[in-house]
Amino acid sequence: MIEIDGITKTYGAMTAVDAVSMTVETGTITVIVGTSGSGKTTLLRMINRLEEPSAGEVRINGEATHSLKPHILRRRIGYAIQGHGLFPHHTVGRNIGAVPELLNWPKDKIRARVDELLELFSMDPDAFRDRYPAELSGGQQQRVGVARALASRPDLLLMDEPFGALDPIIRTRAQEDLRRIQQRLGSTIMLVTHDMEEAIRLGDRVAVMDGGKLVQHGTPAEIIAAPATEFVADMVGDVERPLRLLSLIPAGEVVEEGTANGEALPASASLRDALSACLWTGREAVPIERDGAAAGRVTLAAIRARAEAHG
Amino acid sequence: MIQDRVAGTVSPPGVLFAMLGVAALLTPFMTLAANRIVAGEGVMAWAVAAPALVAPGLLAVAAGLLLGVPAGKPWLRLFGSVLGLSGLLWLLMQGAPALLDGEGGYARVSPAIGFWLLLVILSLLLADTLTALAPGPWMRLGFLAVASAVLGVVLWSGALADLSVMQEFSSRRDAFLREALRHLGLAFGSLATATVIGFPLGILCHRRAGLRGAILPVLSFLQTIPSLAMFGLMIPILGWVGDAVPGAQDLGIAGIGFAPAFLALVLYSLLPVVGNTAAGLAAAPPAALEAARGMGMTPLQRLLRVELPLGLPIILTGLRIVLVQNIGLAVIAGLIGGGGFGTFVFQGLNQTATDLILLGALPTVALALAAAIVMDALVDLTRRTPKGTP
Amino acid sequence: MSIGWSLRPILALFLLVLVLRPEWFAPMLAPLAPEGGPVIYERASLLSLSLSHLALVAAASAAAVVVAVTLAILVTRPSGAAFRPVSRTVANMGQTFPPVAVLALAVPALGFGAGPTLVALFLYGLLPIFENAVTGLSNLPPATMEAARGIGLNRWQRLVRVELPLALPVILTGVRLSVVIAMGTATIGSTVAARTLGEVIIAGLLTNNTAYVVQGGLVVGLFAVLIYDAMVQLERRLAARVGL
Repeated sequence: MIEIDGITKTYGAMTAVDAVSMTVETGTITVIVGTSGSGKTTLLRMINRLEEPSAGEVRINGEATHSLKPHILRRRIGYAIQGHGLFPHHTVGRNIGAVPELLNWPKDKIRARVDELLELFSMDPDAFRDRYPAELSGGQQQRVGVARALASRPDLLLMDEPFGALDPIIRTRAQEDLRRIQQRLGSTIMLVTHDMEEAIRLGDRVAVMDGGKLVQHGTPAEIIAAPATEFVADMVGDVERPLRLLSLIPAGEVVEEGTANGEALPASASLRDALSACLWTGREAVPIERDGAAAGRVTLAAIRARAEAHG
Repeated sequence: MIQDRVAGTVSPPGVLFAMLGVAALLTPFMTLAANRIVAGEGVMAWAVAAPALVAPGLLAVAAGLLLGVPAGKPWLRLFGSVLGLSGLLWLLMQGAPALLDGEGGYARVSPAIGFWLLLVILSLLLADTLTALAPGPWMRLGFLAVASAVLGVVLWSGALADLSVMQEFSSRRDAFLREALRHLGLAFGSLATATVIGFPLGILCHRRAGLRGAILPVLSFLQTIPSLAMFGLMIPILGWVGDAVPGAQDLGIAGIGFAPAFLALVLYSLLPVVGNTAAGLAAAPPAALEAARGMGMTPLQRLLRVELPLGLPIILTGLRIVLVQNIGLAVIAGLIGGGGFGTFVFQGLNQTATDLILLGALPTVALALAAAIVMDALVDLTRRTPKGTP
Repeated sequence: MSIGWSLRPILALFLLVLVLRPEWFAPMLAPLAPEGGPVIYERASLLSLSLSHLALVAAASAAAVVVAVTLAILVTRPSGAAFRPVSRTVANMGQTFPPVAVLALAVPALGFGAGPTLVALFLYGLLPIFENAVTGLSNLPPATMEAARGIGLNRWQRLVRVELPLALPVILTGVRLSVVIAMGTATIGSTVAARTLGEVIIAGLLTNNTAYVVQGGLVVGLFAVLIYDAMVQLERRLAARVGL
């Protein structure tokens, strides 16, 4: 558990982060979202003390971060940044093994961990271990960057716009990958982004920052359904709000008895997918299947009713 | 259309070199003088020795120039340039004893304008082919080693002993060795000293922008001061130190000699060392440094594991500049009693003895070239990242 | 890398006095001169030596600029492209030849006097200018070059109106390097009997008169520093205008 307690950062007369408090549960993803200058990156960098807080404290599993030397603290916290920050003169293997090397792990243990992580990120260890970052695609570099941050099994992984340099198509893949790996490893992640869509897709909890203050902290559904301020509502985007909401509800929740024409959707597909299938083919309803067997249908009317319930 | 076809099969530089080479063959190849001071008489390449002895050399030079003409065959052209250079060497080896025969003990033979022109032209051909082959660092070092070995064997074997520059050498063998060591001591010693001082200074300049802004301009102005003035201005300064500081003179610190030359060279070396160290350390990508900090590297670990390895090629480039520059500048030491090859150059200029000038200038040039090739190869070898990495 | 506005006029004034009224410094230099020996160099006026020195540098550099830039233009045209690799190698390796050695090697071919100095200064000066001019002419913004073609400039017009003005700051950096080296090599030129400020230093070295050495060293050093500084200023102005 990460407890952030009244943490503040001032630069002269300017307050970048203003008495932010929040708690991050172990094994969850918390996404800090805000515009540039909102203090979100400063908040993140105060957690591994790349910035020293002016006031307040951070506790990781009950232990205050200021009780450790900064570089010792940072070795326990994974850190992945925009543009990956890989060492261009080290191979992929050495990059991933960088923190274990700093922690003086034995060589064979480092090597095993590197291979394990490469496999986890769907990169063949024999093919990639000895390559240099410049020989990888942008998506591969980004994955190596995240793998490096995870290498020493840190208590916490901090990510600062980790997907910022990727083009939109790969970005979605990278986000899915991160979700999958996080669930598999049970990692605790704090991720900074300016992209609300990304926050909603990835976060168990979303923290919205504005002008150095934490203006709302809740589940994606809460943020979308009840924006705390005008600013949050703007971030979510009034027009797309129902759609964002629909994308969070599985079709299985509103399935009803009956049949419909056309190709069936799985029950785990979101209502947004069901809506677009209806609109795309001009149908009033789509069939839903669960584990390959027909489970009923979702109608346009039911989707609308669900969207309006929160509107 | 015919022009296009010809252009595709013929290397334009090769044609130019062949034409210049033929013209150079029509100038005197060697000079025969009655003694070491008087001006000599030019001898054409085909007349330096008996026709049977000259013919292989002339043929090799001509064939070499001709082999340089076809385009797109770098190895053939390389062979041509080496063949041509061997031809030149052959002609010198045959010509020197033949011309001296029966001319009396004071007579001197030396290479003349034709030889030097052909040497330059064939070296240009060699450079052109080597540029096209783009050899890697190890191969370049290999070429240098082979060339040095061949030159060493030829000089050591005495095959060129009849040339007047070699006669100057043999009458000063001990002095030559002494001054060569002195020259190397000046060049490498000042490089080492400047590195010891300049490297930490460069790290400081990298860490503190204010210091950088104060130090680098001063060093670059030092570098603009003409060498003779710099060497000269060291004399009163070190003279004063020698007089004022007890024990300094016992260490060899005095206004004249090795010390002022050494100090001047160190001062000239500081800018490339400090400037390139600072620039090299700044070359690491900011994101990689941020990541290094974020993963818990201490400042020393960041320096040793990230900044230095990534900056090494740039730092070594600075050392290359210093080494090549100091090998050249150390010649000036000859003017203030600091020794080195400059001793021969300036003695030669005083006595208008061309061969003595050559005895000082040629080794200096060879040393500077070799240093440049070795250092360039080292710079390439320390590029740890594959090609195309920023 | 400027001396700063305050220091510049002071250094210039100091240099002017050193050249025009060297006797004013006699009291300061006297301790450096041998007992009873002359303090101020009087075999030739420092002014005439300075002018001769600067003229030598100017003539050699001007010739080097004309030839080097012409060669650079030629090898950066499609028809001269075949010569480009070898010319770059020569420029690179040529600069490893020590200037003093070039000067010394010019003597056997050309005898003593201003001639070999001029030739050595010229030959050595070619290389940095050529190297920078080739770099400058090869790294022009492609969009600008495309636009120049697009508005219908012919090859000559593109060269004169677009390429050369854009490459000028880089070329000038080469000229500055070249002039700095020329100032230094011209000083050594007095060992081959060229009339330059080096004469004062050499005379001091030969007669153990440190006063001469310091006088000559200061004058030539100040000239070099001030000329270097002026050229840096000029480059900055031009670079700012071109928007680099």
